[in-house]
Amino acid sequence: MSAPLTFLQRYFRRSALLLVARRPWSSSSQSSLPPFHTRLLLYLTQRFYDVEMLLSWRSKLKRRGVQKKNAYYSYTERFYGSNLATAYFILNLKGGFRYAGQPDWFRADRKGRFSWDFMNHKDTPIEDVDMSYTVFNYTGLNNLEGQQSLRTLSLRGCPEVDDWFLARLHMFQDSLEELDISHCPRITTGGLAALRNLKGLKRLDMSSLPRISTPGLVIILLEEMLPQCKITATGYDHSLREEGGEEEQKNHLQGQR
Amino acid sequence: MSTWRRLRASLRAAEGLIRSRRQAPIPGHETWCRSLSTGGSLRNDFFKDLEAQLSAMRKKARDALPGSSWSPLELNPNLPPERADIVVVGGGVMGWSVAYWLKQKERIPGGLKVVVVEKDPMYSQASTVLSAGGIRQQFSLPENIHLSLASADFMRNINEHLDVLNEEPVDLQFNQSGYLFLASEKVAHIMEENYSTQRQAGAKVSLLSPAQLKDRFPWINTDDVALASYGLENEGWFDPWTLLNAFRRKAMSMGVIQCCGEVTDFKYTVNVMTNLAGDHVDFRRIKSVRVQMPNSLEYQPVECAIVVNAAGAFSGKVAGMLGIGSGPKDSLAGIALPVEPRKRFIYVVHCPDGPGLDTPFLIDYSGVYFRREGLGGNYIAGASPEEAEEPDVSNLEVDHQFFEEKIWPSMAHRVPAFEKLKVTSAWAGFYDYNTFDQNGIIGMHPLINNMYFATGFSGHGLQHSPAVGRAVAELILDGNFKTLDLSRLGFGRILAQEPMMERNIV
Repeated sequence: MSAPLTFLQRYFRRSALLLVARRPWSSSSQSSLPPFHTRLLLYLTQRFYDVEMLLSWRSKLKRRGVQKKNAYYSYTERFYGSNLATAYFILNLKGGFRYAGQPDWFRADRKGRFSWDFMNHKDTPIEDVDMSYTVFNYTGLNNLEGQQSLRTLSLRGCPEVDDWFLARLHMFQDSLEELDISHCPRITTGGLAALRNLKGLKRLDMSSLPRISTPGLVIILLEEMLPQCKITATGYDHSLREEGGEEEQKNHLQGQR
Repeated sequence: MSTWRRLRASLRAAEGLIRSRRQAPIPGHETWCRSLSTGGSLRNDFFKDLEAQLSAMRKKARDALPGSSWSPLELNPNLPPERADIVVVGGGVMGWSVAYWLKQKERIPGGLKVVVVEKDPMYSQASTVLSAGGIRQQFSLPENIHLSLASADFMRNINEHLDVLNEEPVDLQFNQSGYLFLASEKVAHIMEENYSTQRQAGAKVSLLSPAQLKDRFPWINTDDVALASYGLENEGWFDPWTLLNAFRRKAMSMGVIQCCGEVTDFKYTVNVMTNLAGDHVDFRRIKSVRVQMPNSLEYQPVECAIVVNAAGAFSGKVAGMLGIGSGPKDSLAGIALPVEPRKRFIYVVHCPDGPGLDTPFLIDYSGVYFRREGLGGNYIAGASPEEAEEPDVSNLEVDHQFFEEKIWPSMAHRVPAFEKLKVTSAWAGFYDYNTFDQNGIIGMHPLINNMYFATGFSGHGLQHSPAVGRAVAELILDGNFKTLDLSRLGFGRILAQEPMMERNIV
């Protein structure tokens, strides 16, 4: 009984990664078939309601897990104040921060352990926040809402940061000077238009955003929109590529002749 | 199945053998062989026929086994089912939103049978796909603000709601650019009152003075602007076709039946009661909906318990089939559904020197609006005409003079860069215009016991559709509004003749 269960579990774990990463292999890579276990899972899902239910539970549980991690720390705020609540939230998500006026950064290590020294500075606002590669999302911004002197925010490689998140950054429009949103897989051009509110922004890093289709044009438009901001945008392929449509047009014309 | 494949493979091999044997004759022998020996060609045809006959046999065997959809009667597969629990008239974004929420809230899986009837599967005249696709919270009625906020919440978590397993996630292409309303001296006080209502309801809006406006958007001409209201969050525009298809895909995956046909009639029973004044009042209950197939005389009467009227611009016609509005003038039955189609134009213009990525959806106090479209210097512009100059609604032809006379001067006045622009394209669409007070009608009609209305939104149906769908589903399944109280948007205000006008300056 347990052997088929572990068998299924292993398939779920690997395919869940694919489902969560959400790369539609059916449309993008027609030539290469997906790996065998993905095809097997798809076959089973189309034939058995149980497999379909289990897979949808899997993705729902993952989403719920992310939402729980980003929940509002109201208890901490009520007893220790909003600055400590923000600090505790950042450390719980394995991020790092620096208080205003303090030179050291407080970070959690890879296992999630951190020192409790940050509790000594109860009324100091937070100036720099580093949430790279965490599951920080829109709901998590509730915890950062009161920080009026936030100067730098680094969101490098955050998988849950999307356009709505960028639109909500308007609450830091007076103080935010440096923003790093490189390698975030969910940001599109519509979200970059939301950065218009951050008039005090001095440095913006938007390298390697996979969902921007015309990076060169977007960078130019952003530079026009934020004239005082220095924009870093590496990791894009700006070379001129011949489109497939042009090839077909050429062949069509030749055929007509 | 594999046995059949093996048989086919062996047949093909045998055929190949025979052919190869035939193709190795001595040159010169050919014609002699062909003219005299008929056996070889017959054998070839025999094998081809054998393959066709075997596949026909396989198909017959498959149909005979249980689980196939073969039946001795020749039925039209496009007809809707004979019975359904809820029939949604209208397959636009509102209809599919109601269908999705009904299925979402049913407590027993498969407990509700919902049929959505749409007369035009190409959506050529549907208001949903022809709309500019904007969403804003800058209204004056708190109900409208709450509806927009709830719909924005829905769209933010759209993949949580409308995600289908093993299908691509939904990408609405939402541009988070915000709305900008400009007010002249005369209406600045209305804008300030609206601002406090919006802030109280939870919308993130900010007021800008002309100096701040010029500082933020240097390309605007702020000569006669007294005050500006700018949305900071949850406002922008998106792709309505994607939203419609997302609702439809998810609803169909949950078991909603889609039907392409037109609702031409209702069969209802009448319960005549007397009111205190001694007049007779007819209470009607719909028993079945007659759905006519397109381009055909075939129809199917669908027996149903509840009908939802989400027919948009054509809801007045649907309501008229039930006799709403055809009673004596001073009675409840004499008040027709005040929704009629109104034609509105949208023009696509190209201006290379126009405002850049931060262009909001700008609405001038003269009623002219425009927004950015894409990244190539294209903009979409439109305006609502005066009451007296409403265009003809029998077709969707575009009047280009309207742009030249009414829209371009205002646009050029507001943004000097728009003096040099070129109209590249234009289209027209219908508003489901509520002639009474231009706000939606959500709820039951007092004289029809089982018809729910979700129509009359006059240009802001698309942005309210997720929240209105949820509200109608709550009305039907829970008996009353649960998350948002929209009782003021019901039929009561029309019967009491108390309009709830939107005091927004446009």
